[in-house]
Amino acid sequence: MAPVVQIQDLHKIYDSGEIPVHAVRGVSLEIQRGEFVALMGASGSGKSTLMNMLGCLDRPTRGVYKLDGIDVSQLDRNELADLRNQKLGFVFQGFNLLARTTALENVELPMLYGRHRRASMSEIRERAMHCLDIVGLSKRSDHFPNQLSGGQQQRVAIARGLVNQPQVLLADEPTGNLDSKTSVEVMGVFQKLNEEGITIVMVTHELDIARFCKRNLILRDGVVVRDEAVKDRSIAEHEMNRIAQAEAAAKLTSAPAA
Amino acid sequence: MRFTTILLVALRALRRNTMRSILTALGIIIGVGAVITMVSIGNGAKAQVEASVASLGTNVITVYPFNMNAGAGAGGMRAGMGGAPTLTPEDADAIAAEVADVDGVSPYIQERAQVLAGGLNWQTQVFGVSSDYPYIRSWPIAQGGMFGEQEVKTLGKVAVIGRTIAEQLFPNEDPLEKTVRIRNLPFRIVGVLAPKGFNPTSGQDQDDVILIPYTSHMKRVSRRQNINQILIQGSAPEKLDKIKADIEDLLTQRRRGREPDFTVRTQEEIAALRTEANRTMTLLLAAIAGVSLIVGGIGIMNIMLVSVTERTREIGIRLAIGAHGRDVLTQFLIEAILLSSLGGVLGVLLGIGASEFISWRNGWPVLVSTTSVIVAVSFSAAVGVFFGFYPARKAAQLDPIEALRYE
Repeated sequence: MAPVVQIQDLHKIYDSGEIPVHAVRGVSLEIQRGEFVALMGASGSGKSTLMNMLGCLDRPTRGVYKLDGIDVSQLDRNELADLRNQKLGFVFQGFNLLARTTALENVELPMLYGRHRRASMSEIRERAMHCLDIVGLSKRSDHFPNQLSGGQQQRVAIARGLVNQPQVLLADEPTGNLDSKTSVEVMGVFQKLNEEGITIVMVTHELDIARFCKRNLILRDGVVVRDEAVKDRSIAEHEMNRIAQAEAAAKLTSAPAA
Repeated sequence: MRFTTILLVALRALRRNTMRSILTALGIIIGVGAVITMVSIGNGAKAQVEASVASLGTNVITVYPFNMNAGAGAGGMRAGMGGAPTLTPEDADAIAAEVADVDGVSPYIQERAQVLAGGLNWQTQVFGVSSDYPYIRSWPIAQGGMFGEQEVKTLGKVAVIGRTIAEQLFPNEDPLEKTVRIRNLPFRIVGVLAPKGFNPTSGQDQDDVILIPYTSHMKRVSRRQNINQILIQGSAPEKLDKIKADIEDLLTQRRRGREPDFTVRTQEEIAALRTEANRTMTLLLAAIAGVSLIVGGIGIMNIMLVSVTERTREIGIRLAIGAHGRDVLTQFLIEAILLSSLGGVLGVLLGIGASEFISWRNGWPVLVSTTSVIVAVSFSAAVGVFFGFYPARKAAQLDPIEALRYE
């Protein structure tokens, strides 16, 4: 089967300042269906720029990017928008849910655009509810983002990313704003989705988070310096058990002292 | 997006900021409310003028004792009033004798006076007129009859009373042949006028009146030398202009070279003047209302611009997950139009309410016209399109990456 993401010699040069910034300097890579990739690198390594190009939010200065066989460099603004709508799901670091809008309405959002724009409200509602169910939040569908914890908000965002059945789910530092336990919880959701066959690409700078993925790509100064499969992968379920035990133990030891 | 979805999304956005939406729409609400109210009052007033002109009688020409054509109206009036007796009963006699196609002439002199009958007293208008007066005013006599020319010549102490006087001074009895004392002089009641109701323009009770011969009025009651008006009944509408010219010639001749101190107006001219004054007022109010609508529109633009800035991230999210620029443009434009049209609809309701209130409070008839409602609502929607377009376009042109990064 053809790779879902195919990149050849991709460059991005920012021309806006006095000195042109060469953020991505010739990246070539392929991502197959069903992969779970962590894109790592220090700040300024070009990982966010690469992510924006993968997400069809930004166009490469040079090079070829084929998403699901479609060459995106030839597409205009609206065609890119349709591509994002149909082929990609986005999860952001800051969750980026609409405030004062219920979880369900947030999940419905991608279906209001693109090929679903002719769908009836009840179909849209049903699909959104199904996706909330996948991330285990169907009982919170009428809650506003400010009534949800960070982990729950990120799960709503994941449900929103899933609702149009994307080819690739792109996550930009999805655990960046979460504590370690909630991070494991969110990674658990990603692992579960990946097991069901969804391709996931995420940016992270945390090594232990990257260990939940199947493949790690390390970027430095705009080029891929390392590309390896993860050995000894962390499994969210086991990590959760470990954390639960540690917490229980902490309570046991602290109880007599108090 | 489906249109219903667009509406739904816009409604959700407005609901998120209910208070702000209401305050934003308030400019339009007041603007449209003002338009509807003043147009209603204007229409009511126009209908009134028509009714009151008709109630004067038909083919009536009026002579006023001041020159409205010389200088500013008020100055001319003062000059006329200050001078010696200007309009006199002799002028009226001359018109009756010398001008062709005149069916009736009545001097008209008016004064407020205290009247008494059988222990009851009442403050009323006493009109001094000739026997032609009810005919000229198309005002039938319900009981008894009008005093005749003989009584006018002999300074007869006879009176014809209005319905209100009959009710106030003679409750439960027939006023005919009873005596009413005007400034303590006894007058015999020979007739009762048919009820005419309130004057639609001034709101005055037209039945609160006593008619006596103008001769008696001048010699016995008011002791004045001049009269307030001369009313002339023309024989046919097409002859009015000729009659008017003849009266002007005659009166000028009688003034023997003195500055003309009178004005002759046909009923149509009076009506036209009043309608003109009304139209000027309506135009003025319409201009004010238009300005308030524009101010309301600017308010909407202002809030939409704030809203676009405030919701930059939201716009970024929408663009990232597949909204076209046009979708965002439509969304914000619809929000603006919704704001302004809701304001328009509420404004119409406010305007109708205010019109009804004014009508109830002041007794003015008001006419809410369908045209003004349609025009006001569509104009407010147009205000939304016009003032909402710039902020909406600004939103649609945002770069998704920049918008997502916006703090």
